[in-house]
Amino acid sequence: MGEEALESPLPCRKHCWVREHRGVTATVSPLEQLSEALRIELGVQAVTDLARLSGGASRETWGFKADDRPLILQRQRTGDTRDMGVEARVVQAAFNAGVPVPELIANGSGDIGLAFMILSHVEGETIARKILRDEQFADARTKLVAQSAHALAALHSIDASTISGLPSIDQVQQYRETLNNLNQALGQAHPTFELAFRWLERNRPTSTRTALVHGDFRLGNLMVGPDGLRAVLDWELAHIGDPIEDLGWLCVRAWRFGASQPVAGLGDYGTLISEYEKASGLNVDREVIRWWEVLGTLKWGIMCMVQTSSHVLGMSRSHELAAIGRRVCENEYDLFVALDGKW
Amino acid sequence: MPHDVPTAAQLIESVREWLEKDVLTSTTGRVQFHSRVAINVLAIVERELAVGEQQALDHAERLAILGMKDDAELAAAIRNGDLDDRFNEVVELVRASVLDKLAVANPSYALPTSND
Repeated sequence: MGEEALESPLPCRKHCWVREHRGVTATVSPLEQLSEALRIELGVQAVTDLARLSGGASRETWGFKADDRPLILQRQRTGDTRDMGVEARVVQAAFNAGVPVPELIANGSGDIGLAFMILSHVEGETIARKILRDEQFADARTKLVAQSAHALAALHSIDASTISGLPSIDQVQQYRETLNNLNQALGQAHPTFELAFRWLERNRPTSTRTALVHGDFRLGNLMVGPDGLRAVLDWELAHIGDPIEDLGWLCVRAWRFGASQPVAGLGDYGTLISEYEKASGLNVDREVIRWWEVLGTLKWGIMCMVQTSSHVLGMSRSHELAAIGRRVCENEYDLFVALDGKW
Repeated sequence: MPHDVPTAAQLIESVREWLEKDVLTSTTGRVQFHSRVAINVLAIVERELAVGEQQALDHAERLAILGMKDDAELAAAIRNGDLDDRFNEVVELVRASVLDKLAVANPSYALPTSND
């Protein structure tokens, strides 16, 4: 969610100090331990340049070089309930299906982390505002909608039954429960969200198609170079569902990052639909995209409420989180725009 | 009014102006970003102080049209389908309330965007 701030690597100063000043040679810093575990896992001569790139309490991303080959480590710590093994199987299946993804080098559990994946490093930019505005991506911007549609068509062609452990949940019901809990905790009711839920219930697509869905396909999770889409990242929300969910999510206004075009801030619905139809050989109903865009907008609004509740309820005091509560009406406005003339 | 000049709005305005003139220009990175957020937060409060009272009256009037005493009752009625036969009317009234909220929270957000 959003663009994570970079965090500096965290070498263990205390242990290094102990070694330098008391001559305790047996003490190895956590950074050195991780480096050695990676060297053994990969069977390489040397692991160098190990540095944390980002991460929260439950999941971290590290960059390093294995015998000069740049690689990425993603590791899970206690508290993350998702199974990274599923994500690794999804990345491998996507790679096999020709979706542009980093190559899965290794995965497992043990000394490296509660669970981990080692992936090839793909050079490029993920920050949406740069991709949408910087001159070096001008050419990429003209290609990205078509490339995204083609990547999604390839992804949705994967036989999801070959990947074990994928969740399949009713998101309307899931977010209904989340909103109920938030309304109770925050003491506020949201008539707009109730209207949107009512509309979603009364207009649910009679879709019979299910597929492997990425679940968070948008700028921010796409590695982009001056030549366009290089890799689809962040597969942790992959699940089984209606593939049109990925198309609708890509059109949610929050993922336009201030640009005016509806599809990722880059193109129009017609281009997304025609390119996806061309690549998949399947017809796409604009109204089904709308249904998923409405659900996506509603989901994002409820996620904003979750964020502001962590301030209001005292878990994490911050005026930034407080301010997000007053952005919920932006999502409400977006729902009225998406449903203009469709209620 | 039991208080002296400056008004609450003028006090908030004075802090916002200090953040804009001094803090924003003498900080970088995370602190500068957070001072920008703080400026936005104070601007929201200023706008709410200016129009909040009138908005509350308008909001109550809209609820009364639907025979609802508050948002919680309206939300429950929508959820239960009790207003399905007045759906378009409800949509218009709720939309008006959202535009009021947006006028305080982020007036520049309601710009024309393409929906095709």
